[in-house]
Amino acid sequence: MSLNSLLFFLFAVGAIATGIVMITRKNAVTSAVFLIAHFFCLSALYLSLQAQLLALLQILVYAGAIMVLVVFVIMLLNLGAEEKASETLNIRGLLGITVAGVLGVQLLAVFMARPSGHNELPPIATSNGTVEALGRALFTDYIFPFEAISLLLLAAIIGAVLLAKRHLEQVEAPKNISTDDISVQHQLSDKPVH
Amino acid sequence: MPELLLLILISLLKGGLVLGLVVLPGAVVSVYYERKVSAWIQHRIGPNRTGPFGILQPFADVAKLLLKEDIIPTDANKGFHFFAPLIAVTTAVAAFAVTPFGNYIMVGTTRIDLAVAPNINVALLYVFGVGSVAVYGITFAGWSSSNKFSLLGGLRSASQMISYELCMGLSVIGVIMMAGSLNLNDIVKNQADLKWNLFFQPLGFIVFFVAGFAETNRAPFDLPEAEPELVGGYHTEYSGMKFGMFFLAEYGHMVASAAMTTTLFLGGWQLPIPASVLAPIGLVEGSIVLGLLQFGTFFAKIAVMCFVFIWVRWSLPRFRYDQLMNLGWRVMMPLALVNIILTTIVMAFLR
Amino acid sequence: MISLYLPIVGTIIVGVLFGVVMMKLHEVLGPRRANNEKLSTYESGMEPISSVKDRHSVKFYLVAMLFILFDIEIVFMYPWAVQFKHLGAQGVIAMILFMVMLFVGFIYIVRKGALEWD
Repeated sequence: MSLNSLLFFLFAVGAIATGIVMITRKNAVTSAVFLIAHFFCLSALYLSLQAQLLALLQILVYAGAIMVLVVFVIMLLNLGAEEKASETLNIRGLLGITVAGVLGVQLLAVFMARPSGHNELPPIATSNGTVEALGRALFTDYIFPFEAISLLLLAAIIGAVLLAKRHLEQVEAPKNISTDDISVQHQLSDKPVH
Repeated sequence: MPELLLLILISLLKGGLVLGLVVLPGAVVSVYYERKVSAWIQHRIGPNRTGPFGILQPFADVAKLLLKEDIIPTDANKGFHFFAPLIAVTTAVAAFAVTPFGNYIMVGTTRIDLAVAPNINVALLYVFGVGSVAVYGITFAGWSSSNKFSLLGGLRSASQMISYELCMGLSVIGVIMMAGSLNLNDIVKNQADLKWNLFFQPLGFIVFFVAGFAETNRAPFDLPEAEPELVGGYHTEYSGMKFGMFFLAEYGHMVASAAMTTTLFLGGWQLPIPASVLAPIGLVEGSIVLGLLQFGTFFAKIAVMCFVFIWVRWSLPRFRYDQLMNLGWRVMMPLALVNIILTTIVMAFLR
Repeated sequence: MISLYLPIVGTIIVGVLFGVVMMKLHEVLGPRRANNEKLSTYESGMEPISSVKDRHSVKFYLVAMLFILFDIEIVFMYPWAVQFKHLGAQGVIAMILFMVMLFVGFIYIVRKGALEWD
């Protein structure tokens, strides 16, 4: 077994282990930490596929940015201990099991389709994942998707601001409140601290 | 198998070397340095009881912190209370893994690169990745303490760090454009013969340096631990060596920040003398003397940058939180964008 | 190739070990004279009132959300900056379009007052 595949198995096992721990924890913050650990394992897996830029973006964007928001939300929502664990088999659980089952069948199908072991990397892959190669591809062949992404991100920025701004304005201008709007009243009664 | 074991052993050894030779001495020296410089700025004498000129002061500090009682509040989340300082100190150490301390030296026919992990193509992104993970140390410290001051300090700090991370990320684009690489050693090589990026990217340098203060949570941006408002901020409920870990991490991050500024803008390990002058007197690439000189030059530059960090801390008053966020988002971000546009225009015309 | 990155893993492991050793050493060496008062949450000498499980300003979330979006935009600039010298006019135009979009978003945020801290 080569060094590369050994490290691959090491981090693959790590990724699966952290993933399992993540979904079985009751404390949401612990789950978040294991999700971050999982992203690190994924990053190492990308590295073993020679995709250096992707590996680092996994850490920079997922572990470093998206998880910060997730952690913020989990910490500040402070779900009570009793709210977290009391989920029994309901429609959501059933749906989850169904989707997981379908995914499992798909994965099995993919594995069965390729019984002969193609576990060697095709030689071209070694230089495909570098920043240089990705930059070249992105700004020549994929220039339209690139520009489309900027539009998508702009829409996301506007959406984020609108979502948050609605709350801010309600807190600042109490005259808009109708008495039957309980959520707004609740917001006013304990004004956020910052 | 033995090959892998050897590799792992070498990796751990390199990690130990960087901890023992760079991070700990860096932190120890900068603690002493900070005390002496602040005393000098304030017309005091500073530590002078522990050893000659008080040079043993940092060791006395460590001994004191080790012998203090370890207090974990009853309401705290014990696991995370332990985990948070660990993240802080680990990220401070990990930041040095890709820093080029020098070019390379030839011992016989073997080439030894003066870095822990040389030839990483995405080294700069790795540094930013480490910086973004460092946010969790402070956030978890604030959250796990179950203390209002801690939580607010942690939250503020996290918001501040992520805001300034954007400025930092934008400010280095110009440097990358000039070097055409994310490899830190390539960026340093691109600054040979006194062609430091500082002279070509002054705007980028200013944004990066200011963001460095915010990232390390040092004055004038030490809002997370603003005593009048938040007591100790995120480390209010920490004592002894657990507090010491945050303390160490702060100085580690300061040295790391100075090292990154040096690498990206001040020519890294490049001597301020052109290679054409050095070559005739026997200082060619790969010679051990030149390697040591580069190593020394790099740390001399870091010492200068650390001095500026300390100087600023003891001279400027603390920002208010809204001023800090406004500065980051409304001044630094546009400045960094302008820097990219200017660099693009100039480089497109020069071509 | 991945072996190039092993020293980084080594450094991280050494960092973790160092932290654990120092903190455990502290737990062993430090005295233990805890009492209820000492272990209660610090609140400037007062009995702690209300819990930390309070509601916090939505601005913290907003900053985190905007950070994700801008971070993704910046991430696209790295490959561009690396390849800048080889891309020619097409690359410049593409990035100017991209930056215009980024700037529009930025101006929208500022004009909407989303970054006002009061």
